[in-house]
Amino acid sequence: MNFMLPNFAPAYPEIFLLVMVCGVLMADLAWGDKKPGTAYLLAQLTLFSCMLITFGTLQPGTVHTFSGMFVDDTLADILKMLVYITVSVVLAYSRTYISDRGILSGEFFSLALFATLGMMVMISASHFMTLYLGLELLSLSLYAMVALRRDSAGATEAAIKFFVLGALASGFLLYGMSMIYGATGSLDIASVTKAIEGGVISRGVLVVGLVFIVAGISFKLSAAPFHMWAPDVYEGASSAVVLFVGSAPKLAAFGFVMRLLVEGLGAMSGDWQGMLIILAITSMVIGNIAAIAQSNIKRMLAYSTISHMGFMLLGLIGANENGYSAAMFYVVVYVLMTMGTFGIIMLLSRAGFEADKLDDYKGLNRRNPWYAFIMLLLMFSMAGIPPTVGIYAKLSVLQAVLNAGYTWLAVLAVLLSLIGVFYYLRIVKLMYFDEPETDAVIAPKGDVKVLLSANGLAILAFGIFPQSLIALCTYAIQQSA
Amino acid sequence: MLFGFPLLSLVIWLPILAGVAVLATGGDRNAPLARMIALVGSVAGFLVAIPLYTSFEPLTSTMQFVENHVWIERFNVHYHLGVDGIAMPLILLNAFTTPLVVIAGWEVITRRVSQYMGAFLIMSGIVNGVFSSLDAILFYVFWEASLIPMFLIIGVWGGPNRVYAAIKFFLYTLLGSLLMLVAFIYLYQVSEGSFSILEYHKLPLSMASQVLIFIAFLLAFAVKVPMWPVHTWLPDAHVEAPTGGSVVLAAILLKMGGYGFLRFSLPILPDASHQLAGMMIALSLIAVVYIGLVALVQADMKKLIAYSSVAHMGFVTLGFFLFNNYGLEGAMVQMVSHGFISAAMFLCIGVMYDRLHSRQIVDYGGVARRMPAFAAFFMLFAMANSGLPGTSGFVGEFMVIMASMKVNFWYAFLAATTLITGAAYTLWMYKRVIFGAVVHPAVEEMKDIGAREILVLTVLAVAVLGMGLYPLPLTEVMHTTVDDLLAHVARSKL
Repeated sequence: MNFMLPNFAPAYPEIFLLVMVCGVLMADLAWGDKKPGTAYLLAQLTLFSCMLITFGTLQPGTVHTFSGMFVDDTLADILKMLVYITVSVVLAYSRTYISDRGILSGEFFSLALFATLGMMVMISASHFMTLYLGLELLSLSLYAMVALRRDSAGATEAAIKFFVLGALASGFLLYGMSMIYGATGSLDIASVTKAIEGGVISRGVLVVGLVFIVAGISFKLSAAPFHMWAPDVYEGASSAVVLFVGSAPKLAAFGFVMRLLVEGLGAMSGDWQGMLIILAITSMVIGNIAAIAQSNIKRMLAYSTISHMGFMLLGLIGANENGYSAAMFYVVVYVLMTMGTFGIIMLLSRAGFEADKLDDYKGLNRRNPWYAFIMLLLMFSMAGIPPTVGIYAKLSVLQAVLNAGYTWLAVLAVLLSLIGVFYYLRIVKLMYFDEPETDAVIAPKGDVKVLLSANGLAILAFGIFPQSLIALCTYAIQQSA
Repeated sequence: MLFGFPLLSLVIWLPILAGVAVLATGGDRNAPLARMIALVGSVAGFLVAIPLYTSFEPLTSTMQFVENHVWIERFNVHYHLGVDGIAMPLILLNAFTTPLVVIAGWEVITRRVSQYMGAFLIMSGIVNGVFSSLDAILFYVFWEASLIPMFLIIGVWGGPNRVYAAIKFFLYTLLGSLLMLVAFIYLYQVSEGSFSILEYHKLPLSMASQVLIFIAFLLAFAVKVPMWPVHTWLPDAHVEAPTGGSVVLAAILLKMGGYGFLRFSLPILPDASHQLAGMMIALSLIAVVYIGLVALVQADMKKLIAYSSVAHMGFVTLGFFLFNNYGLEGAMVQMVSHGFISAAMFLCIGVMYDRLHSRQIVDYGGVARRMPAFAAFFMLFAMANSGLPGTSGFVGEFMVIMASMKVNFWYAFLAATTLITGAAYTLWMYKRVIFGAVVHPAVEEMKDIGAREILVLTVLAVAVLGMGLYPLPLTEVMHTTVDDLLAHVARSKL
């Protein structure tokens, strides 16, 4: 028997992270009671090291390893880098918040790192099984994170809903994959592509499988009509967890879509384009209209996420590089905005007080003009008003849509996003036009102060100089095509 | 010509940087400092804009003071600036108005002074950007960005119903401009990857796509001008906005709509413009006649001037779509003149509001007895608003009426009714407010205008009279540009 050791090099970051997660758990057991910050520091150190490793192992081409189940290409490297940065910022924002709520424990950080590992696996998967493993590692960690506050009924309810619906979606996905396997005889993405392009297989089975896969993906992206979990989870879970759920996993989900739909089932783009159009329209309609009726900012942002994901899907319908890079840019911008927004929400929350009602933002400009200004930038960016980066995200996607020949769809998307502007404006109105109801001091720690300011200013800076970020996304897509 | 020196960039970014500096002074403890920086910044903003006029080459219609740098490579977007005889006067108008607004708000604004002054300065820079962009995306960015400061000005310092007015203002304007964005991206596709406005001027387009793009542009610009029937946000916004906000809104922001027609609709879509000229003229005449009548019955002075603005801007759009020299030039003169007159009218109403805290006509009466100097200024501006010869209000209206006479007698007839209605609503309002016996005891307490107010009103009075008596300095810089624009519009793109 001939046993060959696989090439581990492309997976060094994942391997390192896995080792470190165990380390974080152990360290927390050993010193967690005496020095509660240990796990946090270790987690940050781990993410930073991962960044260095990924950076150190950068290579221009595409490398497959583990018998073709794992791939390392430019898209994967760039997405992973973005994931590290996002998770690192998220943890920094969350630290005070979770410490006030008694969940500053090793579990939070090790779950967060496990989820990160899941995302990395999803991003680097080149086999349906690897994709699924990564997804489940991410999802299970997220379920547990939502449920981390055992004493909170809302969080528990949210976790159960998230888990049951998430499991259902995973089932859909697996079922779809099994149909693809039945039709093509393989789960390896390259072989599946080849088999479909060969064209001798039953189209009916493939399309049914595709429907299930798209349904599973939309659940993970929280695209309507598979969005039901999002508002409840956003409202019930603690803000730190919502920030985690709403940020980095969207990057991974984009990677997932790229691997599964574009690389794996790209030959069937004619079939999934129509599905994505329907998903995009329903998401934008439901997300934008339902968001208006919310009085809880987290619920409102959940619906806003739904509409943003709808808009992002529009980028994919062209099924060309132009559109993929537009969608990727949209996701990156979306993550940047979500981080800042939840950063502000957590900033305003104190021990025993959640700033999750819209009215909690009244008169923020009076209480602290600087953070009100940052929130203003974030809201205008979400609404797609220049000179914030949000407009270029919208511009790129709209350009891709028009490029694909769907003028009516672009007009519709624009009109629906006009509805969205209303509820972002409402936040600005509360912050600037109304008088404050409380004068509680807003005094963030030094690192959060710097990060949050940088986050807000990045919205403006990328709004004035968007070229670098756009070029990064274009480069990632082009290199991996 | 100043070659190589980025004058337009300076005109755009100096006020914005000054605005940021004003914001940085922080809370109301530093209000005097904020006012000082704002004044210096706005005056400097006007001074650096003056070379645009003095070094302007009036005998060419090519873009001047051009700056062109790649901005977003991926979409071939350029930081492309330049002005012609249409844009340059509007930039000057804007730079001229900003110091007046700063001075007008000097003592009146006591809450969040730095944010108020900062918002005006930043808006001033942004609007200069609107008038000098030669790249569609750059234009769009400035265009939309100008919404944010105005939204905050109305919403933070406005009257009791300010939230409604601010959100209505924002959403109305945004609706139009989003469709304009789609049109830009469409043109980007058709032109195979260019956002250059000057490229679009040369781009051949089929009739069907011209009409669709025209409608998208029309929504954006008609809301801004505003034309009937999408004018309803304007009275609300004016009534609720603080005095400075009303001044900038009427004097500057409305001009962005008019400018849009000249920079985009006419030259990019000449065939659709001719095709739909009848509709545009009809809408303009409705604004002139019907909105003039609406203004007659207003009980609120600011609302009255707001409706009068809509009527006057009707002349502007009427002049555009007559496609002759007098019409276009008259429309341009009317835009600049309306900038002076409406600014002055809103400032006058602001003067009274600061003393009595009412805008209702019935709350006044006999103001002349207490404020003779003010009454004299107000008289001049009321006369200008009703188009009296010798004031700037007359020149533009007269030119447009002449131009419409060339096209169709009935256009001219309907447009000329403004000479009656305009005089009626303005002077009737003036009579009820200023003359008569003092009925309300509060009016008895009113003090005449001080040095600060006299300064602002004098500057505007000089502008109004100067332009009325000798409009040549304004018309000579736009002559060539207008001629070439008309020649361009006359050529079919089909």
